[in-house]
Amino acid sequence: MEEDNTIKTSKYNALNFLPMNLFEQFRRLANAYFLSLVFLQLIPQISPLASYTTLIPLTVVLAITAVKDAIDDMKRHQNDNQVNNRPVLLLVNGRMEEDKWMNVQVGDIIKLKNNQPVTADILLLSSSEPYGLTYIETAELDGETNLKVKQAISVTSELEDNLELLSAFDGEVKCDLPNNKLDKFTGTLTYKGKKYSLGHDKLLLRGCIIRNTDWCYGLVIYTGPDTKLMQNSGKSSFKRTQMDRFMNVLVLWIFLLLIIMCFIMAIGHGIWQSKIGYYFQAFMPWDNYVSSSVASAALIYWSYFIILNTMVPISLYISVEIIRLGNSFYINWDQKMFYAPRNTQAQAHTTTLNEELGQVKYVFSDKTGTLTQNIMIFNKCSIYRKLYGNSSDKVGSKVTDCKKEKVDFSYNKLASPNFAFYDNTLVEAVKNGDKWVHLFFLALSLCHTVMSEEKVEGELVYQAQSPDEGALVTAARNFGFVFRSRTSDTITVVEMGVTRVYQLLAILDFSNVRKRMSVIVRTPEDRLMLFCKGADTIICELLQSSCTDLIDVTMEHLDDFATEGLRTLMVAYRELDAAFFQTWSHKHSAAYLSLEDREYKLSVVYKEIEKDLMLLGATAIEDKLQDAVPETIITLNKAQIKIWVLTGDKQETAVNIAYACSIFEDEMDEVFMVQGKNYETVFQELRAARAKMKPETSLESNPTNVRLSSKPKMPFIVPDEVPNGNYGLVISGYSLACALEENLELELLQTACMCKGVICCRMTPLQKAQVVELVKKYKKAVTLAIGDGANDVSMIKAAHIGVGIRGLEGMQAMLNSDFSFSQFHYLQRLLLVHGRWSYNRICKFLNYFFYKNFTFTLVHFWYAFYNGFSAQTVYDSWFMTCFNLIYTSLPVLGLSLFDQDMNDTWSLSFPELYEAGQQNLFFNKKKFVNCLIYGIYSSFVLFFVSMGTIHNSERDDGKDISDFQTFSLIVQTSLMCVVTMQIALKTTYWTLMSHLFIWGSLGFYFCMLFFLYSDGLCVMFPSIFHFLGVARTSLNQTQLWLSIILSTVLCIIPAIGYKFLKRLVYPVFVDKVLDLSWHYRKYPLPPPIHVRLKHSNLRRSAYAFSHQNGFGALITSGKTMSRRQKKKNSFPLKK
Amino acid sequence: MTWSAAARGAHQPDNTAFTQQRLPAWQPLLSAGITLPLFFCAGLAFLGLGLGLYYSSNAIQELEHDYTGDADAGSCAACAAQGQGRAPPPPCSCSWHFTLSELFPGPVYLYYELTGFYQNNRRYGVSRDDAQLSGLVSALRHPANECAPYQFSAAGLPVAPCGAVANSLFNDTFSLWHQRQSGGPYVEVPLDRAAIAWWTDYHIKFRNPPLVNGSLALAFRGTAPPPNWRRPVYELSPDPNNTGFVNQDFVVWMRTAALPTFRKLYARIRQGNYSAGLPSGAYRVDIAYNYPVRAFGGHKLLVFSNISWMGGKNPFLGIAYLVVGSLCIVVGFVMLAVYIRYQDQDDDENDDE
Repeated sequence: MEEDNTIKTSKYNALNFLPMNLFEQFRRLANAYFLSLVFLQLIPQISPLASYTTLIPLTVVLAITAVKDAIDDMKRHQNDNQVNNRPVLLLVNGRMEEDKWMNVQVGDIIKLKNNQPVTADILLLSSSEPYGLTYIETAELDGETNLKVKQAISVTSELEDNLELLSAFDGEVKCDLPNNKLDKFTGTLTYKGKKYSLGHDKLLLRGCIIRNTDWCYGLVIYTGPDTKLMQNSGKSSFKRTQMDRFMNVLVLWIFLLLIIMCFIMAIGHGIWQSKIGYYFQAFMPWDNYVSSSVASAALIYWSYFIILNTMVPISLYISVEIIRLGNSFYINWDQKMFYAPRNTQAQAHTTTLNEELGQVKYVFSDKTGTLTQNIMIFNKCSIYRKLYGNSSDKVGSKVTDCKKEKVDFSYNKLASPNFAFYDNTLVEAVKNGDKWVHLFFLALSLCHTVMSEEKVEGELVYQAQSPDEGALVTAARNFGFVFRSRTSDTITVVEMGVTRVYQLLAILDFSNVRKRMSVIVRTPEDRLMLFCKGADTIICELLQSSCTDLIDVTMEHLDDFATEGLRTLMVAYRELDAAFFQTWSHKHSAAYLSLEDREYKLSVVYKEIEKDLMLLGATAIEDKLQDAVPETIITLNKAQIKIWVLTGDKQETAVNIAYACSIFEDEMDEVFMVQGKNYETVFQELRAARAKMKPETSLESNPTNVRLSSKPKMPFIVPDEVPNGNYGLVISGYSLACALEENLELELLQTACMCKGVICCRMTPLQKAQVVELVKKYKKAVTLAIGDGANDVSMIKAAHIGVGIRGLEGMQAMLNSDFSFSQFHYLQRLLLVHGRWSYNRICKFLNYFFYKNFTFTLVHFWYAFYNGFSAQTVYDSWFMTCFNLIYTSLPVLGLSLFDQDMNDTWSLSFPELYEAGQQNLFFNKKKFVNCLIYGIYSSFVLFFVSMGTIHNSERDDGKDISDFQTFSLIVQTSLMCVVTMQIALKTTYWTLMSHLFIWGSLGFYFCMLFFLYSDGLCVMFPSIFHFLGVARTSLNQTQLWLSIILSTVLCIIPAIGYKFLKRLVYPVFVDKVLDLSWHYRKYPLPPPIHVRLKHSNLRRSAYAFSHQNGFGALITSGKTMSRRQKKKNSFPLKK
Repeated sequence: MTWSAAARGAHQPDNTAFTQQRLPAWQPLLSAGITLPLFFCAGLAFLGLGLGLYYSSNAIQELEHDYTGDADAGSCAACAAQGQGRAPPPPCSCSWHFTLSELFPGPVYLYYELTGFYQNNRRYGVSRDDAQLSGLVSALRHPANECAPYQFSAAGLPVAPCGAVANSLFNDTFSLWHQRQSGGPYVEVPLDRAAIAWWTDYHIKFRNPPLVNGSLALAFRGTAPPPNWRRPVYELSPDPNNTGFVNQDFVVWMRTAALPTFRKLYARIRQGNYSAGLPSGAYRVDIAYNYPVRAFGGHKLLVFSNISWMGGKNPFLGIAYLVVGSLCIVVGFVMLAVYIRYQDQDDDENDDE
């Protein structure tokens, strides 16, 4: 167990970098393949080429990758160092000494202060808080921002911060082996002969942050890589794009083609050797080891394998990586995805997925913190028939927000400066002492489970379990009913400047079923009051019959609230009879103490007292959407991207938000609700929905159903079906579990995919991932998951692309994401601009790259028929070395880094442009075959035009032109001109860089030609550079240039013709928009999509409590509430 | 953890045209207004060029004679029969008679042409040592392995020049005789055999090894000539400035051909009375028939040709230009037709809207 706390995320060190990195790289098939080619080329009997033709490109490729890996690893080293060298207070020989994190060892006792990150997994010994309580924030671990409480066992909490006692602490801990379970820990502490059992509530995990606790001491249990945090950071699966997979398939096809061609060549050689070569031996005797033409053919097979290897392009993978890297940088650099308020830019953490951003078809979005800001704002309220907070002029709320003046809360010294309200009548009502308004706010300031912290006099900080609750208490505070502090049995409220202490008699806590909470307090005037708040539907039934009239008015107000998409809540109270309460209190205690069915018994008891309530009013809280969310979703919908909201939240809230963000629209034909709890009902509901959307799909004769019923073993692709209208689907987590587990997944998928919007609520993190996996499995579509919390990590990891919103809920989602930014609406820019560009660029690159290599390589095939299939290359070996690596790499990189068919404004204005990527129109099997055929054609032209030119022809000075080296020069120069013209045709966005790269490369080729064929070089190394003087002797020949022009024109005519005719005959959307943009150059752009938010009053969203039970039990148990004075008094005594 | 550190350091990205992908750019559109004229213009240009090429190629005169001696073709048949199956074949001479009825305009070039001779076979082509040919003494003593089996002679001496290319040096020689009047004597036509090789090859690439005591023969001492050669390399020509590796015929031969049928320049006829061309009359070419090609079914041809501005006779380029030119125009018309048809359709659609 003697391990220190060093963490190591780096892979290499200076010594092992080279061997390990090379090993890693050669595990890639392509690299290994080229290495084996290098070895093949070392065999002189078969090698038609010097081994440098492959060795140099391979070395360059390996070197680039190695440099990239090295830079990555350096970053990791730096990060490791930074983390490992953080200071920590360590107990050494009875004194606290500052040391580095990495020196912490198991068994050490360390001291942590408020707001410090926890160094290792430690057993809590004692803390500044009573009972050894320590508050921690676990955002980095699980994404939850609410505080959690850990408690030291009593025997150690007595040690407090007495260093002598702590030094003398000699307990022995036995515990689990290191594991990755965040919520499981079992161990025993043996101390002074006694055994104490330890649970996970005693353990502070590395990655947590100490909050609200001045100091605490802990015993280090797990360090460094053994900590639960590190154990959890399992290797995330390496994501590959569909294009990657397709490329691998293509490379295999090309490889097959290569083998077939080599066979043809070998057979040809065998025939030639027996028919001609045998008789040609007078001038070219066979080698000793060639016994027959068959043996010779076998050798030639490998020779052609080497020559034609450029069909499988060595620089393909590295180029694709560079292009993706470049396009990732653009994402990081984009100012329009920079969020100034939080000073965060968009970040591409994974640089290998860019083109998939241009192909997304399904977006899975979290709700809280992603679509919404997770900020609740107390917006309106209805108090005893009166509506407050309503804007007098009924224009959109946003406009009035800016115009109206904020209410002045200066009369209240304890008011929160962040709270804003815009209706002065309410303040006046408070000031005038309106009885109902006072009672209303009193209810809000009493009926909650918020905890307050007052570090500086007058600066209250509320720790709320749900943001809604915090918003309500804050509202009450600002209007003059300040909840100041609480103990286990009192609540101190400053009412309009007067401090009053209420006795807390009971908290009737919230639960999902009850959908309400109540408190029973004794007022300073000795009145017994019950205050209750909860969902309107529930509260309505508990009200006194006397207030039906009031209910009607309030209900009207609630409808108004719902229309605006606000979350509503009813507040009621009841004055209790002392005797009644007494009897009830007994029942309550009995139920509370019962061991069986306590929940149920309690709820029965609660019901007894929560009745005959008097309605006070209702609150309306705005769950603030993030900026421009509805606009973004409409844009994405136009781009045929389907948006599914996967949320852990309740159905009502989720649906409400879905309407608010335009995922659902009022004009929708129907929104189906699937709420079944077993196979049968879920099946029926799904089938019914499908029957309505497209009756024929539920027929047994439907091909999908046929395949479904035959239970295919192979995963197959569910085709897209077009429904007869606009539908939405809402499914709850429970029904989803049924559907996923009981063979209904295809049923679910078929139904869900027909809907325009899908809302899945009450989802566990695992289910979120399951839904994503489901779509991934049966739909040939790219999925994108976007979320901000730790509960989204699973789906972010499962989806093809994970996007993390850098919000308030910790870093976990972001750490696991491929891309991250701060605002949901950046998603449209990421997909429609960066994604589309990346996709287009990669496709253009691949089209061009394959074409280029086929053209380059297949010339050898044609030449073979004229040189006895002897594996004679057409080109100079230096040209073969440099062609892919130097002569043509920059233009194609320039194309795939700078090209844009449409600028960003147009891309966003016409989301329909995005469909090309979803359907993968720009690079697919068909396009590849086109490249192949076009490459064959071009190589044919290149070879035969050059051959026709030199055949039995002479130079203009009478010397022969038909020598091999001149022929090489003609073919390679023609090839350079052809590929340059082709890339020029592909370029639609000619920046200065494009010109420089494209024409510069061609110019560079000619410079290299004169250099490589120069007298000096060739005389110095006569056996390496053979082409002395060819450039200057032959390039002045008219015929040569005529031949080059002819080849170039013949090769580009089809490209221009195809481009022209396709635009006319089969125009894709891009062409239309291009024409339009051409036309609109002089005119301003069409106005951006404007969304007017509409809400029907049919929906009402109830209060969104957090769905875990609250602090209620903790509050009443009194643990957290002991007064600080008491403790401070006891402290000197101990000393 | 690592990323949070990076995030904290984040700052507003630079607002440059490059980072924001707003580089000023020219965005051409291949519209009908550009494409169609382009096709027609290119087509017309190609047609014009093609016509020019075709006529200049046709204006070039060529006179070809196959003197391989297969079957009954002329007096060389005897030589061919004599050399049948013997390697190396014994020296033999034969001649070819031809008559020009009118002036063969000059300058006239004399080529020999070989067919079915795979100088472009890889194993043949690599079987040479450019280091040795560039005069490196070390390479002279140790020829490159590619030269095998003509690397070392049977006696173990290094072969100079080594390799299959050098070994197969074409060794037929020709002389041209002209009979001015019928029945008159044949006068030898002067053949200019200087500068038939590439200047760069002859003056830079090919170098004799340094002379030993002023003697080329001594420089080559200790080497063996290739087995097919009848003379050592330093006796290739009696002219001391044109012997050794730096010999016009040798250098021409060593520039291997790209195709199995190839011509190599033998001589120019541009001196004396023949500077304007070959006048009419009867001619005789005396051929020293040494080179065996019948074994592999090859042919040997003699070619007289003259030259135009675009080089030798080559109907291919002219015809190809004519074809491509007309192709451009045809495609242009097709595109125009399609354009007109779909343009109308688009207009209709727009009208409907």
